[in-house]
Amino acid sequence: MTETFHETLIRLWSLDRDVVAIAWLSLRVSLTAVGIGLALGVPLGALVAVARFPGRDALVALLNAFMGLPPVIVGLVLYLVLSRSGPLGSFGLLFTPGAMIAAQAVLATPLVAALSRQVVADAEAHLGEQLRSLRLSAPRRAMVLIFDARFSLVTTALAAFGRAISEIGAVLVVGGNIDGHTRTMTTAISLETQKGDLSLALALGIVLMGLVVAVNAVAAFLRSHAARAYG
Amino acid sequence: MDFLRRGFLTLGLLAGFAVGAPVHADPQSIVVASTTSTEQSGLFKHVLPLFRDKTGIEVKVVALGTGQALDAARRGDADVVLVHDRPAEDKFVAEGFAKARQDVMYNDFVVVGPASDPAGIKGADVQTAFRKLAETKSPFVSRGDRSGTHSAELRAWKEAGIDLAAVKGDWYRDVGQGMGPALNTASALNAYILSDRGTWLSFKNRGELTILVQGDPRLFNPYGVMLVNPEKHPNVKVKEGQAFIDWLVSPEGQTAIANYKIGGEALFFPSAGKANK
Repeated sequence: MTETFHETLIRLWSLDRDVVAIAWLSLRVSLTAVGIGLALGVPLGALVAVARFPGRDALVALLNAFMGLPPVIVGLVLYLVLSRSGPLGSFGLLFTPGAMIAAQAVLATPLVAALSRQVVADAEAHLGEQLRSLRLSAPRRAMVLIFDARFSLVTTALAAFGRAISEIGAVLVVGGNIDGHTRTMTTAISLETQKGDLSLALALGIVLMGLVVAVNAVAAFLRSHAARAYG
Repeated sequence: MDFLRRGFLTLGLLAGFAVGAPVHADPQSIVVASTTSTEQSGLFKHVLPLFRDKTGIEVKVVALGTGQALDAARRGDADVVLVHDRPAEDKFVAEGFAKARQDVMYNDFVVVGPASDPAGIKGADVQTAFRKLAETKSPFVSRGDRSGTHSAELRAWKEAGIDLAAVKGDWYRDVGQGMGPALNTASALNAYILSDRGTWLSFKNRGELTILVQGDPRLFNPYGVMLVNPEKHPNVKVKEGQAFIDWLVSPEGQTAIANYKIGGEALFFPSAGKANK
């Protein structure tokens, strides 16, 4: 055990360019997926928070349930859809980074929607009455509330990023873990574990944790900076 | 609204991030569906750069069990398959998913188990060894994933005259995973397992496991390569795929395969052009 850890530290020093490329791909795929998740999920969540329509409670429950969407199921369904024999097969997306982005976006969107619905609903508890007295339409009110809650939504983005970068079930199935092409941090860690090279797997794990911490640190810095400037 | 403009700017940047970063929709690349044994043994990492340097064709390997690899090819998700389960390969050709199968290389299976060998199979032939394992109900790890190795294991039980369904019990652990994870499990449980030699040689987490049975002709493990039939799937990259196959079976490719060694031991032995039966 201690031997493994000792070896891990040595391996950490000697990680090469391959690892940089893998880390970069992981970041690129997950950040893009979170971007798509935010673009779709925040407006959806905010609208659900401010609008009143039949079936709203059911939709909220559905969104909350989809936060727990199993990645491997998302991967499997997307695999069948993107396969050459599937409905979107002609795009040739299977086993490409594009397919991995799509899979993680599917995972991130309901999470973003459910969390931002809650954030916007909380903001509405403060400002809702004023906004309604201004007779603004639901989309306008949603926009104002998103703006009001923008700093809280950073946490939502980080939660979505955490879900995306750490999952393996979906990227493994739709990406195929192709060396130099669709191998991400998580699939690389899994592969090295399978090969029994536990110290290298652990070293990669430390790199992944470092990435996640770095992204969170950048977000925290931007947030406090922005809060001082515009807060 | 200022923040909206900024929001769209961010999104635009993100979209640029996704599209602009090179995804390399390079026409000079093929997808090869292959087995976990070829990938996890490190063979591809050794031979593919040689092929790429010569032809400029990038080979993307998706490592699956043989059964899964053939299924992916049946759906049209691969250009070439390189697998090791002769009956399944012949079926693939018979169904018309490939026009021909070619021998590429072989290695052999080994029966691995704890050095203390409680079942006493060391040095036995495969049939005796498997019979003893069943009689003593010694812990045994099975791939259970329709891979070539799994097929070979099931054949071994059958040829030893064991009705697996009847004797299966707690001792028989069906893990449903690739060779590496199965070896990890066997190492943790100090169990017996059938492995291909290549993955075993490159496997690092051996614990007390060691090779107990080897060299029996029944443990022969041939690998075959096939181009997916473009009449079934028009998207198959025939030219590039055939170039890869031709290179693999050429003297150059065969030498590259033979030269891949771990600790001085060869993992795969070239066999192209030898008795294609």
